[in-house]
Amino acid sequence: MDFTEDQILRYSRHIILPEVGGKGQAKISTAKVFLVGAGGLGCPVGYFLTAAGVGKIAIIDDDHVELSNLQRQIAHSTKTLGMPKVQSAKETFNALNPEVEIVPLKQRLTKDNILGLISDYDIVVDGSDNFPTRYLVNDACVIAGKPLVSGAILRFEGQVTTILPHQGHCYRCLFEEMPPPGLVPSCQEAGVLGVLPGIVGGLQAMEVLKLIIGQGDVLKETLLIIDALKTTFRKVKVPKNPKCPVCGENPTITELLDYNAAYCSA
Amino acid sequence: MEDIIPNKRIDIRGLHCPYTFVKSKLAIESMNVGEVLEIVLDYPEASVSIPKSMQDHGHKVLKVDKISEKDWLLLIRKEKE
Ligand SMILES: [Zn+2]
Repeated sequence: MDFTEDQILRYSRHIILPEVGGKGQAKISTAKVFLVGAGGLGCPVGYFLTAAGVGKIAIIDDDHVELSNLQRQIAHSTKTLGMPKVQSAKETFNALNPEVEIVPLKQRLTKDNILGLISDYDIVVDGSDNFPTRYLVNDACVIAGKPLVSGAILRFEGQVTTILPHQGHCYRCLFEEMPPPGLVPSCQEAGVLGVLPGIVGGLQAMEVLKLIIGQGDVLKETLLIIDALKTTFRKVKVPKNPKCPVCGENPTITELLDYNAAYCSA
Repeated sequence: MEDIIPNKRIDIRGLHCPYTFVKSKLAIESMNVGEVLEIVLDYPEASVSIPKSMQDHGHKVLKVDKISEKDWLLLIRKEKE
């Protein structure tokens, strides 16, 4: 791939790295990433992947920007209040790097549209804030064989894991079923310290870049647990479960289910 | 020592660090192992830093010559991908 003079300047700190180089940057420039959510996690993930020069990024979210988002959702601003989040994010990302193709999808992700939507992308990133979406994305990625970088935040705790379907664990190997509604508080009820999604989203973006350039170790069969109050990072081994209902040897989930439950989705 | 005929030449006079190295690295990445890259430069620091960085990346520095008042010529052989 031939870079323009501007691209050589923009990506020079990548090109210098032996693990990236011009060849790694060329891989980044042709990669396609599907981002679920333009909220606390989606903003930093999309922002850093745009800065890195990923070729194409789709973002799906059907919310509008609200004042209560701005304490942590760094792609939005006072100026974009009321705007669809995906549009607000696209404008911010393209101001940073106009070369990246941002595809804004202002809609809900459902069992009927997800496989079609992700089919053209190399890697899926889950930055959603609710369990039905988390399980829907997991099951769809296992069925479609797409790498998935999953992140979650609550109060001061964050989690990151990278799912390489059939090579490693999946979300259901870790937590087989969704918790019943009301058992786990949502971000809206529990709160979150505004920097935490930046840390978790930054780690997710790092996982994505390592998958693209094929360097280093990703969080395969591993759950990273971040305690921001104590400033601890803990890695927990998550073996692939041969009896997993979706990625196991005799899966019972072979097509997508109706994941709708009475969850708060803020 | 017999003359070495480079397989590729780049003239990066006028460029400063780190772009001197960025350009040199992109050039050598596009070549095959065993081929020789000739670099002409005029940024004094790069006459030291490029040979060092190329060595760190596993390549062989064949020549570092001051060829005029301001210019240096480097010959680097690509040793690995
Ligand atoms: Zn599984």
